[in-house]
Amino acid sequence: MQQKVLTFLGRRRNWTIPYVLFLAFFVLVPMVLIVFYAFTNAEGAFTFANIQKFWIHPEAMNTFLYSVVVALITTFLCILIGYPAAYILSKMEARKAKLLVILFILPMWINFLIRTLATVALFDFFKIPLGKGALIFGMVYNFLPFMIYPIYNILQKTDQNLIEAAQDLGANPRQVFLKTVFPLSIPGITSGVIMVFMPVISTFAIAELLTINNIKLFGTTLQENIYNGTWNYGAALSLVMLLLIGITALLNGEGSSRAAEEGNLI
Amino acid sequence: MIKRILSTSYLGILLVMLYAPILIIIIFSFTEAKVLGNWTGFSLKLYTSIFQGGIHHSLTSALYNTLIIGLIAAAASTVLGTIAAIGIYNLTPKSQKVMQMVNTIPILNPDIITAISLFLLFVSLSISQGYTTVILAHITFCTPYVVLSVLPRLRRMNPNLYEAALDLGATPFLAVRRILLPELKPGMISGFILAFTLSIDDFVVTLFTIGNEGLETLSTYIYADARRGGLTPELRPLSAIIFISVLVLLLVINQRAAKKKL
Amino acid sequence: MRQTTDIITVEHLSHAFGNKTVLQDINLSIGKGEFVTILGPSGCGKTTLMRLIAGFLKASEGKISIAGHDMTTTPPHLRPVNTVFQKYALFPHLNVFQNIAFGLNLKKLPKEEIQKKVKQVLKIVIMTDYEERDVDSLSGGQQQRVAIARAIVNKPEVLLLDEPLAALDHKMRKDMQMEIKAMHKKLNITFVYITHDQEEALTLSDRIVVMSEGVIQQIGTPTEIYNEPKNSFVADFIGESNILNGVMIHDELVEFAGHRFDCVDKGFAENELVDVVVRPEDIYIFEMSEAAQLSGQVTSSIFKGVHYEMTVITPEGFEFLIQDYHCFEPGHTVGLRVKPFDIQVMKKERLCNSFVGTIVDKSHVRFLKTNFKCNSAHKFPIGSKVRVAVEFQNVILHDSEEEGVLTGVVSFILYKGDHFHLTVRTKDKRNLYVQTNDIWDDGDTIGISISPESIHLEPV
Repeated sequence: MQQKVLTFLGRRRNWTIPYVLFLAFFVLVPMVLIVFYAFTNAEGAFTFANIQKFWIHPEAMNTFLYSVVVALITTFLCILIGYPAAYILSKMEARKAKLLVILFILPMWINFLIRTLATVALFDFFKIPLGKGALIFGMVYNFLPFMIYPIYNILQKTDQNLIEAAQDLGANPRQVFLKTVFPLSIPGITSGVIMVFMPVISTFAIAELLTINNIKLFGTTLQENIYNGTWNYGAALSLVMLLLIGITALLNGEGSSRAAEEGNLI
Repeated sequence: MIKRILSTSYLGILLVMLYAPILIIIIFSFTEAKVLGNWTGFSLKLYTSIFQGGIHHSLTSALYNTLIIGLIAAAASTVLGTIAAIGIYNLTPKSQKVMQMVNTIPILNPDIITAISLFLLFVSLSISQGYTTVILAHITFCTPYVVLSVLPRLRRMNPNLYEAALDLGATPFLAVRRILLPELKPGMISGFILAFTLSIDDFVVTLFTIGNEGLETLSTYIYADARRGGLTPELRPLSAIIFISVLVLLLVINQRAAKKKL
Repeated sequence: MRQTTDIITVEHLSHAFGNKTVLQDINLSIGKGEFVTILGPSGCGKTTLMRLIAGFLKASEGKISIAGHDMTTTPPHLRPVNTVFQKYALFPHLNVFQNIAFGLNLKKLPKEEIQKKVKQVLKIVIMTDYEERDVDSLSGGQQQRVAIARAIVNKPEVLLLDEPLAALDHKMRKDMQMEIKAMHKKLNITFVYITHDQEEALTLSDRIVVMSEGVIQQIGTPTEIYNEPKNSFVADFIGESNILNGVMIHDELVEFAGHRFDCVDKGFAENELVDVVVRPEDIYIFEMSEAAQLSGQVTSSIFKGVHYEMTVITPEGFEFLIQDYHCFEPGHTVGLRVKPFDIQVMKKERLCNSFVGTIVDKSHVRFLKTNFKCNSAHKFPIGSKVRVAVEFQNVILHDSEEEGVLTGVVSFILYKGDHFHLTVRTKDKRNLYVQTNDIWDDGDTIGISISPESIHLEPV
């Protein structure tokens, strides 16, 4: 018996098993539960009502679409602001760049609620009204590092020879950038998009704080439903989000797993 | 030259914007005013009062809970994640790919999905929510990151090291303890730190799994505070301290890493 | 050189990864104190064989005995075998001393004894005073020495060396070869040396085991392997050679390159098709005269340091590689001569491609997992098994994969004086042998087709 256990442990691929079981119980089963709750009513009977409610209920739908728009704007701004920063960083001497990258990531270590509240104080200080503008600013502020890091990472890994080859073949600096550097950095942008787009839709608290409860994002709707005990409807809304994630992940294919790895900010 | 000045100032402006709110927190941690933004003269009173407890007992206990949950969750994820990474590394390339995909699911899931799904799990099984559920939830979203920090170490490691130890007479157990673990240590440490910071920074998942028995972590405490309209003034010096210590720690690590490379 | 006691015996050893066979029925015995080299190109199974001997892999079939004990299933840490790994595999978190003492520590030897042994072994590998050094700070050659020291300090019965010099530069490799040879003499440990470098094998070994595609092609002393290669693979892999198709007219007379030559080989059938090997240094080259057995024109001549390497083409269209101290300029007409005992005649491994196929319908036969159009398919009942034969020159190769009915990768190229003999590996790892005049490169992916009239069928 003991011998059997030892040979089992000796096969190191078997060491995956505890984690697989853990993932099954704490990731897979809960996700299945979302689906289960989404298609049942409070009594546990099968129903499409929750999904239907989302379609016909203008408020939830509007919040959803509004969140998608906010997420799109935030993502776009993050690319617009983050790409040049990442590009500049990638051109710097490696040690200096590494230090600066750390500086860009560092604010994450402050609890995001405190950071958001500080942003609110900052706006107050400069007499900037809270609202849509503040919301977008807060979002960009919060998620910009997640865009800079993966782009920087891929730009910095770009084979210098490729750029030199392009120059050698007669490309001017503009062409080198447009035809070589930028296309090669697209996977970094995809990673960044995954790290920014989905989380923006699902954040809550940030929107409340920055708009004095005037604007609600989809995350808040989800949270309210769970809090008010309408779990089944909440689950249906979660399912909508899950589908959206599934679609973005599928569209990005390899990009999503890379995004996950780039999320590793240390 | 102009290009360099332009690019440097661009980064400078971004950093200033990024750090402005933090700076505000740090500056206003040196005044006693109740509301962030009011300056009522320099004072260190907030700094001393965090450590006195008493009146702010709930804040101290929230901080304590946050640290305990963070440490336990990080330790457990490091153990689970390291064992998993060793297992994954020894799978066939095909299964490795599958496992890596599965491993990214919890990372790609937005907090709120993880939070709601775990909430549903715990209520479906009628597990009463509290310390245990929060820690389990934190292990769920931390472990994938540990796997991701340990796996590259394994991949970069000379594949023959483990075999070399066996070859020299080590039993598989000794080979793991004497050779594999020391080799993986850097990956495990960075996995642990990452897990710890993810755990103490988490708000959404904690909120959904913490139950209503009065257990508070820093995040839920601040959220409740903010909803009530104000921020406990002591949070300012606390954030300042956390921020400065992380800054120093990271700079030291970076400096040491740079030196080692030279 | 062989001694009577065998330290390793390998019997009917086979190994497969999944359904891919990498070793097939290996039989080998290695004598105590011998220096045996396992030689073969990458992917020939030599590393798998080493890992099976060391115990890192469990054999699918067969038996391995070490020092008289059956150790087929013994885990590596209980085998009296130590390994020097290709990339050294020194433990990066331990210093030189700790690396070398690793095995001794596990044996729980007293501290002073460990100290003494490590010092001794460092002296053997000429690394005295390096005990405290970080292994990462050592050069490749030094790391190699530490790796050897770490293995031999345990006094194993057998030392396995897996391409230990592959990562070193040319000069360093030469020096280390000499040192390894000297170490072997001094230590009286059996060395099993894995390499793909034929020169290394010839220099170091008492015996060489030549492997290809998971099969032992030949076992012999370096001289035997060089002078009497068993087949065209060995002849081509060891040293430079001219390999040509020939016909054994009768004992001691062979015809190749359009001429008849006296030779010393016997025991072939009359008019048997054979492969003939002539080493480039064994061909005499001189101004055309009556003594010439062959004439030809020099097409290229390159100075190689000590000798010149020339190619000569005969009027019949056969190319010969020749090494000589004298230079003949390109364009020069020369005479060639080979002494009888310098001609090595080898049995051909196969005369055509043969497969077992199934008749699919009136005009198709299926083999290599592909349906081929075949003119004689109608002579056999549908569904019946047949023996399929395709001659080497009837396999047609295409640049583009789409043009063929199946695809393959060129895995081995043999130049036979006036044509190429290719081994093409199909997708499901079967070999197809092709004779062609076109030039292909090793690793080319190609389309393969066979014309309907050149597929010959026979009942099984």
